[in-house]
Amino acid sequence: MSVYVNKDTKVIVQGITGGTAKFHTKQMLEYGTKIVGGVTPKKGGTEVEGVPVFNTVKEAVDQTGATASVIYVPAPFAADAIMEAVDAELDLAICITEHIPVMDMVKVKRYMEGKKTRLVGPNCPGVITPEECKIGIMPGYIHKKGHIGVVSRSGTLTYEAVHQLSEAGYGQSTAVGIGGDPVNGTNFIDVLQAFNEDPETEAVIMIGEIGGTAEEEAAEWVKANMKKPVVGFIGGATAPPGKRMGHAGAIISGGKGTADEKIRVMNECGIKVAQTPAVMGETMIKALEENGLKEKCKTH
Amino acid sequence: MNIHEYQGKDILRNYGVNVPNGHVAYTVDEAVEAAKKLGSGVTVVKAQIHAGGRGKAGGVKIAKNLDEVRTYADEILGKTLVTHQTGPEGKEVKRLLIEEGCDIKKEYYVGVVLDRATSRVVMMASEEGGTEIEEVAEATPEKIFKEVIDPVVGLSGYQARRLAFNINIPDELIGKAVKFMSSLYTAFVEKDCSIAEINPLVTTGDGEVLALDAKLNFDDNALFRQKDVMELRDLDEEDEKEIEASKYDLSYISLDGNIGCMVNGAGLAMSTMDIIKHYGGDPANFLDVGGGATAEKVTEAFKIILSDSNVKGIFVNIFGGIMKCDVIAEGVVEATKQVGLEIPLVVRLEGTNVELGKKILEESGLNITSAGSMADGAEKIVSMVK
Repeated sequence: MSVYVNKDTKVIVQGITGGTAKFHTKQMLEYGTKIVGGVTPKKGGTEVEGVPVFNTVKEAVDQTGATASVIYVPAPFAADAIMEAVDAELDLAICITEHIPVMDMVKVKRYMEGKKTRLVGPNCPGVITPEECKIGIMPGYIHKKGHIGVVSRSGTLTYEAVHQLSEAGYGQSTAVGIGGDPVNGTNFIDVLQAFNEDPETEAVIMIGEIGGTAEEEAAEWVKANMKKPVVGFIGGATAPPGKRMGHAGAIISGGKGTADEKIRVMNECGIKVAQTPAVMGETMIKALEENGLKEKCKTH
Repeated sequence: MNIHEYQGKDILRNYGVNVPNGHVAYTVDEAVEAAKKLGSGVTVVKAQIHAGGRGKAGGVKIAKNLDEVRTYADEILGKTLVTHQTGPEGKEVKRLLIEEGCDIKKEYYVGVVLDRATSRVVMMASEEGGTEIEEVAEATPEKIFKEVIDPVVGLSGYQARRLAFNINIPDELIGKAVKFMSSLYTAFVEKDCSIAEINPLVTTGDGEVLALDAKLNFDDNALFRQKDVMELRDLDEEDEKEIEASKYDLSYISLDGNIGCMVNGAGLAMSTMDIIKHYGGDPANFLDVGGGATAEKVTEAFKIILSDSNVKGIFVNIFGGIMKCDVIAEGVVEATKQVGLEIPLVVRLEGTNVELGKKILEESGLNITSAGSMADGAEKIVSMVK
C-alpha cells in the first residue's frame, strides 16, 4: 500500500511532445512507471518514447484505461489542461507546471467542485511511491521503499529530506509534493489524512514554508486526528516580509504567514519541528525512537 | 508587480471606478501646468513612489493656489522619502500626481485580495479608512467585513450592498458605493491583480464615492496576457540586481547581509538563508537558479551575486535533481574566469552527476572549499567571512 499511486497506476502525460515532458517521460518509464499514453492536440497518432500520443485526454483515457495524468503543459494553457483531465474523470491529475496565473487556478478550483478528480500541484515535483511509481520530476534514485510519508510545498527541500532519510536507512511510503502556489489542489490535511489511513505509513514529515496558514490548519488537524507521529520543517524564517520568495505562495503579507507563527502552532500541536533543514532526517529518527517505531521503519 | 498610484487610478477609471481627476508630472513646470488644467480650487500634490505611508513622510501636500503647487512640487520632487515601507534608505521621488482636491466627509477602506483558505477572491471593507488595514485587524477585527466571491457569478449586488451597509455608507450613497465595488472587482479580475486596495475610499460633500488612493499589485504569472500593465513597470523603483536577474529568469531578492547564496529550488534557497543565520551569518540574497538552469544562467547568477559589494563570501548549495551538478560547476568556473574571485567560495553539491561536478571544480584550480552537507557548508562560509 501507499498513497495516491502504486505499481499498477496507469498514467498519461499531458503535453508529452514538449521538451521537458519528453525528458521526464523517459525518466518515468525507466523508473518503472506505467506510462500508457500522452496527449498533445494535433499530434495524435504519433509516438514519444514508444508511448502513443492522442489529441484529447478523453480519447487517451478511453484507449488506455489510464486513471492518472501528469501535466507538463505550459502555464498559459495549463488550467485548461487540468480541467480537461477533470472532465475525463481521472482519479488523479498531477500538475508540474509553474507560473500558472492565480485567477486561472481560482476558476479551476471552482470547476473541480463536486468532481471526482484529485489535483496535486500545480508548481510541484509530483508524487512518488518508491520502487513502484514515479510521477513528476523528482530524482528517483534518492528514494527508498519504506514507511515514512513525506508531504511538502517545496521540491528541493523534499529531495533534501528524502536523501537524509534514505542515507540513514529509512525508506519512504510515498512522497507528495503539494506545490508552492497559493491556490493548489491538494493541501497538507488531504495528504496527512491519506497517510493516517495508509497501513504502510508509520510516521510523516511535513515540510512547509512561509505564506498562508496551511501549516497551522494542518497542525490543528494533526492534533485532533493523527494517529501517527508527525515531524516538520518550515523554510523562510529569515525571509523579509512583502517579498515573494521564489514560490508564488511564499510571501509574508500583513504580518501573516511567518515561520515563527507556523513553528509555534506546530509545536503546540505536538509536531516536532527541525531547527534547520540539515536535521530533518535526524528529527524524524528521534521521533521514531520516542514512539518505538525505529526498528520497524529501518528498511536498509 | 507594482505600479504607481496615478497608473492604478488610470486603470480603475477605465473600469468605471470613480477617482479624482489628476495628471502625472515629472517636473515642477509640468506640475503647475497640470494644476492649471484641473482648474480646481484646491490641488493635491502627491509623491509617486512604490510605497505606502507617503503622507506621514511629507510626500502629500494640499495646495490652495498655483504658487503653492509650485512650492510643494519643488519641495517634493527629488526628495528622498522614508516611510515604513521604503526601508531606512528611503526612495527618491521622481514623479508627482497632481490631483483635484475634494471635500471629504468620511474615509473608508475597501480591498480585494485572494483568500488562500477558500481559493477565491475576497472583498474586504471597513469604516476605519485611512489607517493600515493590518492595524484595524489587530485592534478592532469586528470592524472588517468580508465577502467571498464566486468566480463564476462575480461580486453579487447583495454582497456589495451588504458591505456598504455594514460599513455605514449613508443610504443615499449606497447605489454609488455598490457600483464602485463591482467595478473594482471587475478591474481586479480582468487585470489579473494580486491586490487592489482603496485606502481611503471617501464620501464627499457633493455626494460622491471616490478612491482617494489606489494600490494595485499584479500577478507576475499573468503578465504575459497583460501587456499594457507590463508597460507601466518603473525600473527606478526596483533593485538593480533584481532587474538584472529577471532578464535571465532567475529568482533573486536582495538582502542586507554579506554571504551571497546560489541555490536551486525556492524552498532550499529560503532554507539556505535560514541555516546561514542559524550559524551566526547573514545572507546577502535569496537566489533560486531554478530546476533547469544552463551553465550560462549559472554564470549570470554568479556575476549578479559578485556585483553586490557587501558580499564577502559565497555559498553555493545545490541538490541536483533535474539540475545537474556538472552544469552548476561549469557555470561557477566560467563566471569566476570572467569576473575573477577574490572572496571565499564554499560549494556543496549533492545529487545528479555529483562526482562529475566535484571533479570539474577540483580541476579548475580555483580556491573552492567543498562542503559535505548543507550544515557543513553553512558553518564553513560563516566562519570564513567573520
